[in-house]
Amino acid sequence: MHGIGVFVCHCGSNIAATVDVKKVVEMARLEPGVVHAEEYQYMCSEAGQERIATAIREKNLKGIVVCSCSPRMHEATFRKCAEKAGLNPYMVEIANLREQCSWIHKDIEEGTEKAVILARAAIAKVSLNTSLLPGESRVTKRALVIGGGIAGIQTALDIADAGYEVDIVEKTPSIGGKMAQLDKTFPTLDCSACILTPKMVDAAAHERINLYTYSEIEKVSGFVGDFTVDIRKKARYVNMDKCTGCGVCMEKCPSKKALSEFNSGLNNRPAIYTPFAQAIPNVPVIDPTQCTKLKTGKCGICERFCQAGAIDYTQKDEIVTRKYGAIVVATGFEIIKLDNLEEYAYSQSKDVITSLELERIMNAAGPTKGHLERLSDGKAPKNIVFVQCVGSRCDESKGKPYCSKICCMYTAKHAMLIRDKYPDVNVTVFYIDVRTPGKNFDEFYRRAVEEYGVNYVKGQVGKVAPQPDGSLLVHGVDLLDGKQLKISADMVVLAAAVEPSPSVRKIATMLTASIDTNNFLTEAHPKLRPVESPTAGVFLSGICQGPKDIPETVSQAGAAAVKVVGLLAKDKLLTNPCTAKPDELMCNGCGSCANVCPYGAISYEVKEINDHGIRENRRVAVVNSALCQGCGACTVTCPSGTMDLQGFSNRQILAEVDAICR
Amino acid sequence: MEASKKRQSEMVQEISGTNPLKCMKCGKCSASCPAYEKMDIKPHQFVSYVINEDVEALAKCDSLWVCLSCFACVERCPRDVKPGKIVDAARQLAVRQKGGSYLVPDEIPALVDEDLPQQLLVSAFRKFRR
Repeated sequence: MHGIGVFVCHCGSNIAATVDVKKVVEMARLEPGVVHAEEYQYMCSEAGQERIATAIREKNLKGIVVCSCSPRMHEATFRKCAEKAGLNPYMVEIANLREQCSWIHKDIEEGTEKAVILARAAIAKVSLNTSLLPGESRVTKRALVIGGGIAGIQTALDIADAGYEVDIVEKTPSIGGKMAQLDKTFPTLDCSACILTPKMVDAAAHERINLYTYSEIEKVSGFVGDFTVDIRKKARYVNMDKCTGCGVCMEKCPSKKALSEFNSGLNNRPAIYTPFAQAIPNVPVIDPTQCTKLKTGKCGICERFCQAGAIDYTQKDEIVTRKYGAIVVATGFEIIKLDNLEEYAYSQSKDVITSLELERIMNAAGPTKGHLERLSDGKAPKNIVFVQCVGSRCDESKGKPYCSKICCMYTAKHAMLIRDKYPDVNVTVFYIDVRTPGKNFDEFYRRAVEEYGVNYVKGQVGKVAPQPDGSLLVHGVDLLDGKQLKISADMVVLAAAVEPSPSVRKIATMLTASIDTNNFLTEAHPKLRPVESPTAGVFLSGICQGPKDIPETVSQAGAAAVKVVGLLAKDKLLTNPCTAKPDELMCNGCGSCANVCPYGAISYEVKEINDHGIRENRRVAVVNSALCQGCGACTVTCPSGTMDLQGFSNRQILAEVDAICR
Repeated sequence: MEASKKRQSEMVQEISGTNPLKCMKCGKCSASCPAYEKMDIKPHQFVSYVINEDVEALAKCDSLWVCLSCFACVERCPRDVKPGKIVDAARQLAVRQKGGSYLVPDEIPALVDEDLPQQLLVSAFRKFRR
């Protein structure tokens, strides 16, 4: 192809410091087909783009190569620029001289040599490029939110308020999530339930929000704008339309040995239950692992007492299939298991508890009705020790490498509330660093120290040793005083690390959304696209993306909602034209490509083929270009070389290889 | 010592196989140490002494002979820095200096508290048992 333009970017000193850009321009001029080559400080700037556009128009360029940063960064920018100047956007190639060259080389000669080769390969490729036109796909104007905690509720409310239908899928019997378990919230100490339950009611009452509680995602297919999702509605054994929520069944149920999930396992609940009194929906579920009737066929007490006739032991799981334009993941967190941190004696003593368990103990609706007492003997504690960073900031063999972010603040909150309600209780907090970035956060921590007399000790606890008299001997250190401490405590509270809800792995796999080594979902860009997954149409809200507190979660939920609304507001989406294309003449219908396609985009049809004058019916592969994501798996699998990827054809790739090896 | 301060610090890191820069200064080692009271340089300080290239002070200190090599600090260190192994390495350096032929037997009674086990033997036992 004749009429190729090459544009080499300095990226300030990012590229120019390790690559001789003038040399790259000189060498590019020698390549076949190149009629124009120039360099500029910032090609992505308005002035830089103007240079490209001018060259395209004046020299009638047929294809361009921009030697700059990664295509992930600015391919879209340069494609748009080319399109404005009248060139098909798929006639643009990017040579990555920054991430794959200048940033990793120190020697300018080596860097330049590689830059020249990369430019040469891109020129070889662009000379075989063909103009491509994107297709269109429709947008289903309904969003799915996975997870019904504060993140999911807020996201759903914001989307629904903007005028779109939203479904929330929540795996437990009620929406509310972890926030419903909290007693008070920092830094203002409002009661968590008082600010959360109205939002739960709003979500349930909203005409555009539909709740699927006690339900899980079973299968996801499709793509941005047109996802198809199977939702498993687990059998509640209670008819939601008939139940009045009177609660008699829960009172009468004789099987009361299950541990209450809502109360962090600190007390029991019946086999038929709602997680908590303000649950939404206020319809109980029967736990089939606990119910005597479901296990042995004998009992049926709840059915006998139910005035509404709502109990239905024959109910089965039900699969609902729905279509969505966008999906928001808001799966939240769990507290880590403390098996690797046995020195804190969590499994040995009932009086060593996690902070989430303390929330339930402090809560008026909790197992102790809000009285601060030891779980072992019900006595009021006099000395309480808080241990921070339990399993956070650890080597990977011991715990989580990240800071859980919320523990410093909730520990200050707990310490303050205890000193406020029980001024005779001594509270000691062992800390490594106190991290309180956030509006009114450090002031809050200082109040705990200065006004409430909480004893903060810089140092970590080495061991908690349960004593025969029921007390707990805490071996700690005060690094500032240079003293080893042995404190006799009667309650120890561990600020255990948070981790993404384990269910998120399965969900991420179904969504083909990427996940990091700690199971947090990855953002499309850590700074500039923090609420979007790299998978188009999938958005992130709350702790599933990284540790965060309630104010941050609510802000992020709103941000995710805006992104969803921005997507649903469109009637049509342009699809990527770089999709697989079979050559029908060569296809023998073997089926290999369909087997490897992760998107289910390939099917087979029997078609009449005109093979050089011979007409016959053949089974051949057909690609649904709306489903194809252009991954290329089929092209390398095809034994006859039938499959080719538009924009990345076998010829183009081999031309690049040839150019590199020249 | 003949080796430079930097080299000595590197030697401690090589012998112990630890990276002191991983330390987050939480002090859990010192909180766990049963011999803390008798130590002139505390377990958590061993880590920063190596970072600050002052191995000479470590080689001279009493803590080398007070450490029980119980390895509670190694076991509990959240960052896997293994302070006990640093103590161990500093002790080896000190021992190697004694005329190049490990401990001079006559010196042992002067260094070792009668009530304490012989650290090097105990330490070697603990180390190779793992």
